[in-house]
Amino acid sequence: MSLPPIGLLTVVTFLPAVGALLILLLVPRRHEEALRWGGLVVSLATFAASVPLWTGFDAGDADMQFEELLRWMPGLGVGYHVGVDGISVLLVLLTTFLMPVALASAWHAIEDRTKEFVIAMLLLEAGMVGVFVSLDLFLFFVFWEAMLIPMYFVIGVWGGANRVYAAVKFVLYTMVGSALMLVAILALYYQHGAATGTYTFDLPTLTRYVLAPGLAQNLMFVAFALAFAIKVPLFPFHTWLPDAHVEAPTAGSVILAGVLLKMGTYGFLRFCLPLFPDASVDFGPWVYALAVIGIVYGAFVSTVQPDLKKLVAYSSVSHLGFVMLGLFTLTPQGLVGGVIQMVNHGLSTGALFLMVGMIYERRHTRLISEFGGLWAVIPGFSALLLIVCLSSLGLPGLNGFVGEFLILVGTFSVNKWLAAAATTGIIFAAVYLLWMYQRVAFGEIRHEANRRLADLTPREWAVLVPVVVLIVWIGVYPKAFTAKTEASVLALIAQVESKAAVARAPLPWWASR
Amino acid sequence: MSTVWLIPAFPLAGALVNMVFGRVIGRSAHWIAVPALVASFLGSCVVFARVWSGQAFTTTLFTWIVAADFETTVVALVDPLTGVMLLVVTGVGMLIHVYSIGYMHDDPGYARFFAYLNLFVFSMTMLVLAGNFLLLYVFWEAVGLCSYLLIGFWYTRDSAAQAGKKAFIVNRVGDFGFGLAIMWIWIAFGTLDYVAVFKGAETLAPATATGIALLLFMGACGKSAQVPLHVWLPDAMEGPTPVSALIHAATMVTAGVYMVARSHALFERSTVALDVVLWVGVITAVFAATIGLVQTDIKRVLAYSTVSQLGYMFAALGLGAYTAGIFHLVTHAFFKALLFLGAGSVIHGLHGEQDLRKMGALAPRMRVTAMTMTIGALGLVGFPGLAGFFSKDEILAAAFFGSRAAWALLLAGAFMTAFYTFRLIFLAFFTGPRMSKDVAHHAHESPRVMTWPLIALAALTVVAGAAVGIPSEHGTPFARFLSPVLPVHEGEHGGAAGVMLLVLSVIVVAAGILLAWFMYMAAPVKAETIGQPRTVLVRLLLNAWYVDWLYDRAIVRPLYALSVFLARVFDLGVIDGLVNGLGRAVVWWSAGLRRLQTGYVVNYALTMLAGAVIFVAYFLAR
Repeated sequence: MSLPPIGLLTVVTFLPAVGALLILLLVPRRHEEALRWGGLVVSLATFAASVPLWTGFDAGDADMQFEELLRWMPGLGVGYHVGVDGISVLLVLLTTFLMPVALASAWHAIEDRTKEFVIAMLLLEAGMVGVFVSLDLFLFFVFWEAMLIPMYFVIGVWGGANRVYAAVKFVLYTMVGSALMLVAILALYYQHGAATGTYTFDLPTLTRYVLAPGLAQNLMFVAFALAFAIKVPLFPFHTWLPDAHVEAPTAGSVILAGVLLKMGTYGFLRFCLPLFPDASVDFGPWVYALAVIGIVYGAFVSTVQPDLKKLVAYSSVSHLGFVMLGLFTLTPQGLVGGVIQMVNHGLSTGALFLMVGMIYERRHTRLISEFGGLWAVIPGFSALLLIVCLSSLGLPGLNGFVGEFLILVGTFSVNKWLAAAATTGIIFAAVYLLWMYQRVAFGEIRHEANRRLADLTPREWAVLVPVVVLIVWIGVYPKAFTAKTEASVLALIAQVESKAAVARAPLPWWASR
Repeated sequence: MSTVWLIPAFPLAGALVNMVFGRVIGRSAHWIAVPALVASFLGSCVVFARVWSGQAFTTTLFTWIVAADFETTVVALVDPLTGVMLLVVTGVGMLIHVYSIGYMHDDPGYARFFAYLNLFVFSMTMLVLAGNFLLLYVFWEAVGLCSYLLIGFWYTRDSAAQAGKKAFIVNRVGDFGFGLAIMWIWIAFGTLDYVAVFKGAETLAPATATGIALLLFMGACGKSAQVPLHVWLPDAMEGPTPVSALIHAATMVTAGVYMVARSHALFERSTVALDVVLWVGVITAVFAATIGLVQTDIKRVLAYSTVSQLGYMFAALGLGAYTAGIFHLVTHAFFKALLFLGAGSVIHGLHGEQDLRKMGALAPRMRVTAMTMTIGALGLVGFPGLAGFFSKDEILAAAFFGSRAAWALLLAGAFMTAFYTFRLIFLAFFTGPRMSKDVAHHAHESPRVMTWPLIALAALTVVAGAAVGIPSEHGTPFARFLSPVLPVHEGEHGGAAGVMLLVLSVIVVAAGILLAWFMYMAAPVKAETIGQPRTVLVRLLLNAWYVDWLYDRAIVRPLYALSVFLARVFDLGVIDGLVNGLGRAVVWWSAGLRRLQTGYVVNYALTMLAGAVIFVAYFLAR
């Protein structure tokens, strides 16, 4: 018996898991430095392995690339089918890029059970990459659920005072959605099987199947959508997020905000839109409404948070509202903007969490009122924090603007009032971020403890600079990134439009042209 | 790659060098920043020579944002209007950079200051070079960022940090409209390129044109501090004075005027939009002038004056007198920069004193500053022969033939301008002194590096009007130069009526100066009587018509209260309460159900039996 050749995607997916296994077996737990270096080397190797996915990706080809298809449980129609298109390749790169950053940021923050921490993070990476590359619903679901376990431990073991509550809430909330999604997956599996005679979980096959519009499609859409909406999180399913972020260690927050939330928006894009096109269009107005409410609501609630980490957590609700809005416009601009905004949010919010973590390690508090006047003491930190805040509030020239603007252009082409409502978000983002920045970096030094703060260490510069470089790069030359996505996005829209039934009920005023 | 790009490239490079190596460079930062500006100015001169004969060209750097049919490039459009703006930005910018060497001499943030100043000139030159609306927007926000950084330059002062934030957020309110306008332009035209959009504007539906133009104007109101978005500019005086001169008087705040003039093809499709521009301009011109009458802070007088003068420029645009608006933009850049730098020289000489009540009789001690600033004041009020005379009277003439009501109000504004300007000059330089003996003893003229820019700007104030602003049958030379870009409406400045108007406005200005003379020079004034809220009207003006108070009560506080309610009550109580309540309900149910699992076989057997009985009974009864 000969083994099938191992493809690049399999390497990228399982390299962290293999690394975790090697660390488990080979590195004794008392060698903390070795454990940290081991984790970093594995994650850097994974990133290196994923770079050819990017350089070798044919931007002109809308189909799946680097595809691998192996029979797994042929009796059940389950296959090991992986591949990336212009959308998922960005998210895979985002994952492999952020993981070394997160591990390096935890160098001194995690000093308890370092071995388990490194292993949990690497397993988490394998699960997340798996979610983004799966082209089989069964395989996808396995990764989707498997990734919960290491995240549960990252929050529940290395988190703050109220970590168990937050971890349980995170897992249970996600599981409620997953359970419904599993039912819908099975329903789709049986319906497709009954109609075509082929029982399969293979996503491309299922996508080609035209599901009749109606109650069944709507129910399946709702089940999938609920699972993803909780993950995003879409207002009003967001309350697990502030708890999870506040309790999670910095590295956990970076991955949670940077990658995990994208699994929700990615799910909408990869599953809801192509599998349930009629329902997606019919429910679109409700998604618009929730997204726009989320944009404004998240900003308002952020404004008055006394805790830096909660402020950043609620700002995610606002930012992800933009992404959801963009995706459901089903316009090329909205979708390209939505995809690039997923990456942007990963970088900007990831960087914000990193910097909150850095200041927390110095002062052991995250209360905004404990700071003030930091520019005079730690100008390096303050300057980078300003750049990251500006990126988050969508200043042109930095990454956030590109995504937000494309999303808003797409939204405007659907309905100008909807776009106007969403655009208010750019005002409120300036309010909560600049007010926070003013209270942290400007003014007199009000607390003696702040006078002795040390500026960024070389390790911290090394953690932040790559992220800031990407923030500027995407802002100045976004084409390098959007070009990879465009063909896949156009293909997705064409697919949804060709499958969606022509006649439909009139849309409410805020969603009709 | 065109050499045009060198104009912004020099200051950008200067900014980056001073940002990264600022700590090493320290006191030598101006050796990076000033040459960068000189190079940029020389580049602007070269470009100006290329557009001298009126032709325009575009040059593309790279493709920026692409998503299917949406495509924007980093492109420069260079035409006579661009040329004029470039010369003003880099020329005045260069003088202010030189001045800053003296003014910021002792500041610990010396290198940071020059880095920001260079960054501003980079952004501002890119703003006027931009060849499409999105690129304009990008650098529109970028100059806003520089403004934010420079207003809050002395960041340890809470008031400075507060003012910087306020400026950014109020500008974002305007940019909300600007952003929507850009989206709408793309939907309507399928492109954001100036050339294509202005060409297509001819066939645009009037309703769409009105919507787009008004949203664009909303952005202009934010950047150029027009009512009701004017509230940030007076507070922006927290920044160092060279910043007030460069950004908050001469260049950045005029970006709104530039934008409306540039997009006149869109505004002309909508009479509603032009009327709104006219009346917002007129109201702002008068409104801000009234507040300037009573201010006691030397910089705040000038700040309200700037708001008011920007109103004149918009009034001109609203009347279709685009070249008059741009001409006033240029002359105002000279004399208002001069006035601000002069004020800075006074502040410098008095070791930070900005209160007019504690000044006086400075003319003998600060001869150059007093002379040049008086020239600036004469330029501002429109003394015959000086720059402001030609530009302001062109606007008044256009108003007279366009709307008598607007003309009357603008004339009243000219009277107030003359009054508050000479009130400032008299109080600072001639009456008094009202400061302590110690301060008076130490008052000194500023070093040459500061006075030479004053002299240069004074010279420009004297010659600029007469050089290019004397009207002939075909308009002024300035208007003829801009005619490829901005249409000239013939026959506005006709014969005898025109002369009468000039005479009338000179009389009004003289009356304003005389009134200031009688109130402040004829008899010595006590410091306590200046700026006292003796009447309701003065109290109203001292509080700037309570607009800030109103915004605080009507917008800021309610929104803050709403946010607190959403965060503490709604989010934690209602939404999370429901989630946790659902969780608790499940636990409670499970606890109840658990009791069924008693472990006694008999219980299970009984339950099974009961179930079987019900099952059988159901089928029998069917």
